[in-house]
Amino acid sequence: MTDKASHGPLHQFEIHYLSSFPDIGGLNINFSNASLFMVFAMILVTVFLAGGMRRKALVPSRWQSMSELTYEFVASMLKENVGPAGRKYFPFIFTLFMFIIACNLIGMLPYSFTVTSHIIVTFTLALFIFLGVIVIGFIKHGMHYFSIFLPEGTPWWMAPLMIFIEIAAYLARPVSLSVRLAANMMAGHTMLKVIAGFVIGLGWMLGWMPFILLTVLVGFELFVAILQAYIFAILTCVYLNNAIHLH
Amino acid sequence: MEYEALKYIGAGLTTLGMFGAAIGVGIVFAAMLNGIARNPSAETKLAKYVYIGAGLSEAMGLFALVIGLILLFAV
Repeated sequence: MTDKASHGPLHQFEIHYLSSFPDIGGLNINFSNASLFMVFAMILVTVFLAGGMRRKALVPSRWQSMSELTYEFVASMLKENVGPAGRKYFPFIFTLFMFIIACNLIGMLPYSFTVTSHIIVTFTLALFIFLGVIVIGFIKHGMHYFSIFLPEGTPWWMAPLMIFIEIAAYLARPVSLSVRLAANMMAGHTMLKVIAGFVIGLGWMLGWMPFILLTVLVGFELFVAILQAYIFAILTCVYLNNAIHLH
Repeated sequence: MEYEALKYIGAGLTTLGMFGAAIGVGIVFAAMLNGIARNPSAETKLAKYVYIGAGLSEAMGLFALVIGLILLFAV
């Protein structure tokens, strides 16, 4: 067996610092492995898109057509959910979608670190989306933005209860958006680690059985990584649509 | 009972939350199969919404997992 101490399934989520600066104002500003993998995600997305568009041919090569397909995918998602008014939010939604999908997919490589499995990362993204959508709503509609809390056609005696319920559902949005992504990533990777532990534990006689399961699960996790990025992006478009066209 | 033991019992009970997620995902895919059976040409349009719905429904079960993890590691 190995002579290193074995780690539990949650060891892969630990933060290790790669620099050692002193704290500034009580904040830890060291460069961690999470920051390193965020930089990798950014480099991957930049190389994928800029490299594909190096030779701007009218008949695209394979790489260029992949870059164009991702652009078209996010653009059509935005146009379908928000309409023409959403065109100016395309850079943000595109950056968000490519960042999350790159972070999720890099996390599938062995010995890597999944940035989006930490609730603080996804909560920051969801919080900025939530606040941004509120600001966009107030800029566009002024105080009339509060009318999203009272759906049309509710009887006057149900109004107080409906407003309370709608506010609670509205406040649950950043929480559910962030926890969905973080819990999917963390649960997936923890399950992969646990079953990988079974492969080693059962040895070479019986270890092929959990290995087949592990292969299937890695395939499933790749699918979940892409799907969760898509769900995050499309829910952002839906919330943006709610703010721009009040219902 | 001891505080530690209650934490583990609580974390074990959160697994019951997967019932809802399982039934929800089953309903979504049952609706897809019904739709494809009635109108096979709508398969690509339905498939898009099916995966979104399955992802949203699965997330509810994962919220239960988060409560379990909070109980085990953060309380």
